[in-house]
Amino acid sequence: MSLFKTLREKPWVHEPVTATGPAQEVMPIDTLAAARLVLRFIMAIVSVLFFLFIITFLSRSQYPDFQALAGQPWQPFTDPTRLWINTGILVAASLAMQYAVQCSKQSKINGTVIGVCSGAFFSVLFLVSQLDLWQHLQALGFYVSTNPANSYFYLLTAVHGVHLLGGLMVLANVVFRVWYDDNPSALSGPLQLCTTYWHFLLGVWLVLFALLTSRPETINALAAMCGF
Amino acid sequence: MQHVAVADTTEELHDPQTFITKYVWSQDHKVIAIQYGGTAIFVGLVALVLSGLMRLQLGFPDTFDFIDPNSYLQFVTMHGMIMVIYLLTALLLGGFGNYLIPLMIGARDMVFPYMNMLSFWFYLLSVIVLLASFFVPGGPTGAGWTLYPPQAILQGTPGYDWGIILMLASLAIFIIAFTMGGLNYVTTVLQARTHGMTLMRMPLTIWGIFTATILGLLAFPALLVSAIMMMLDKVIGTSFFMPALVSLGENLDYTGGSPVLFQHLFWFFGHPEVYIVALPAFGMVSDVLAVHARKNIFGYRMMVWAIVAIGALSFVVWAHHMYVSGMHPAFGFFFATTTLIIAVPTAIKVYNWVLTLWRGNIHLTVPMLFAIGFIFTFTHGGLTGLFLGNVTIDLPLSDTYFVVAHFHMVMGVSPVMVLFAAIYHWYPLMTGRMFNESLGKAHFWFTFLGTYAIYLPMHYLGFLGVPRRYFAMGTTDFIPDSAFELNASITISALIVGLSQLFFLYNVIWSIRHGEKAEKNPWGATSLEWQTPDVPPHHGNWGPELPRVYRWAYDFSVPGAKEDFIPQNHPVTAEERTEGDPEEKPS
Repeated sequence: MSLFKTLREKPWVHEPVTATGPAQEVMPIDTLAAARLVLRFIMAIVSVLFFLFIITFLSRSQYPDFQALAGQPWQPFTDPTRLWINTGILVAASLAMQYAVQCSKQSKINGTVIGVCSGAFFSVLFLVSQLDLWQHLQALGFYVSTNPANSYFYLLTAVHGVHLLGGLMVLANVVFRVWYDDNPSALSGPLQLCTTYWHFLLGVWLVLFALLTSRPETINALAAMCGF
Repeated sequence: MQHVAVADTTEELHDPQTFITKYVWSQDHKVIAIQYGGTAIFVGLVALVLSGLMRLQLGFPDTFDFIDPNSYLQFVTMHGMIMVIYLLTALLLGGFGNYLIPLMIGARDMVFPYMNMLSFWFYLLSVIVLLASFFVPGGPTGAGWTLYPPQAILQGTPGYDWGIILMLASLAIFIIAFTMGGLNYVTTVLQARTHGMTLMRMPLTIWGIFTATILGLLAFPALLVSAIMMMLDKVIGTSFFMPALVSLGENLDYTGGSPVLFQHLFWFFGHPEVYIVALPAFGMVSDVLAVHARKNIFGYRMMVWAIVAIGALSFVVWAHHMYVSGMHPAFGFFFATTTLIIAVPTAIKVYNWVLTLWRGNIHLTVPMLFAIGFIFTFTHGGLTGLFLGNVTIDLPLSDTYFVVAHFHMVMGVSPVMVLFAAIYHWYPLMTGRMFNESLGKAHFWFTFLGTYAIYLPMHYLGFLGVPRRYFAMGTTDFIPDSAFELNASITISALIVGLSQLFFLYNVIWSIRHGEKAEKNPWGATSLEWQTPDVPPHHGNWGPELPRVYRWAYDFSVPGAKEDFIPQNHPVTAEERTEGDPEEKPS
């Protein structure tokens, strides 16, 4: 691996004398590559964040007062139709973003605009649907503090939503900057990064979806695997 | 607008034009570094005063009416949190990270200067929110710096209402600030190194800051998770950490959460935090030692490996802070083992520092004194860490002053010694002036001897079984009267050490205007930050052309060289090529 190769270098051994030859051009900093690196770090950090939330969820699930949100007919996610609808909306957002990237690479401005607008629309729709789901649960009497499983549902969906909101703000910044500079060809790189983030958040949501709609037996098995 | 035409950036440099953009909303990494440093030192002085107040109570109980049990606990809590997070983390990474990374790797600035600026302003906001808790009803939280639930948010603990909320909010803001800064540091190190600056040619300072930043980026989420969940427990009554309990005769609504879960989360952040503070200090002290001993750092590669190994291992030792929490004995065995393993790379570093000094041309300058002082304090603190890493020894000592003495030596005094070494070492670069040598030496001796006068006896108090966290000892059979006298002497030493910091403050402030003008590269250092065309470096650091790097940062006392150091941007000669490489020597 290159990391190990790097760590085996001997910096005290001098480079060949040719290094003193004519100066090579200093490469400009590739801001897109830097942004890509930042995105990778952000995805790693957000993964750690959700990993830790999930670990605490599994640990907390082994206490007697924990009642999973699925498994019995009276539990709200025994029938997860509403969650499937929300998932579909988020998938649509991801696909729209991907379409925008494809169009932007082919310099199809109209397609790009349609893709970005649809991506943003479906993302906002997802957030609104999640809020509606919260109200639905409240109406059923599943308040945030009545049970730790409820608390986790509200907490995890809120944290996920906040990250999507952050993504929307960055997307708006990217679009307005390109608009301001009147340079549509500069859009495809940043847009690709935004789209990667959208796919990542879709992945996170699918994991949360699976966890929050799991039956007690599944949760117990996962917790046992983690040693709880 | 002033335009700086450079080959290394596709955009114009964000040259400041007004006082506000130059010194307040600045995007220059050097100004941001000094903003970070000034704020961190200010808030650190607040924490120093708090520790003085605590010591007054412990040394002379029943003497000071204005210190009651509640305020004592508040002083303890705020002192600990401020020192660990808002001083050490912020000054080492926000301050020195910002100042040194671009200069040492040959960049003009951080890759994302605007985000860098935001990082400082979020940090300042977190400090303001934290300090605001002194002025709210009930005062700041007194839950201890670890903020363990359930007591942190229950009646009976000072600041259980407003104080804890502000503390958690402040931590969350700090984490956002750190993340913005941290992303910049790692990206800049990986993307913006100048030509010839390979990773293995970077000075150890950058390796330390770089690895610590990655640790921070991955560890702070654990603190964020625990802060969010505890905030919800407090504000809307969830039961993540709060067990079903009766408080002051009243059944609370909490339904059976797990306080130990909080401890795991907290220490999953808390132990890497030790190395978030220690690794930059390790790096900086290595460079200070090499420069002032006029000798290459001993075992450079191994020093890098040790930094990386310590960083990786720091994520699997957290539960050694929780031996007394009632964990499974097998757990204790595992964490004791990993804890002792981490001593190996750490010991390698200590040996290498000592071997760097061996047969070096040691100049006992003020930075060097502090660096050597660090080797002493860190070794002592590290050795007591070996005691406490073992479950059977930790159990009786855990709640005593032995632990207080240990962690103050290893992660209080030691990083602070490095900070002083670093401030004195880079002061001429930052200000263009030299500090007063005599005042600096007085500062060193008062601080170094004073901290031993404080913490050596504290180990003994711990062995006697004197419990920590207590407002007053009262009369207890197993604590002899001599312990009270010892406590008084510790307090007097602490006050002297505290006051001796005035030497430092006076020196640093006075020398900015009245210090002797510093010549360029006064210490004869090889690393790039001393090779800038101007001292202090101007905006953009390097003038029209970036420096090119031809060698590592430790070419000191090279045989046959004109001077006893060769800067990193000095081309390699043909003679050096054959003489410097033993593998290439003609037989």
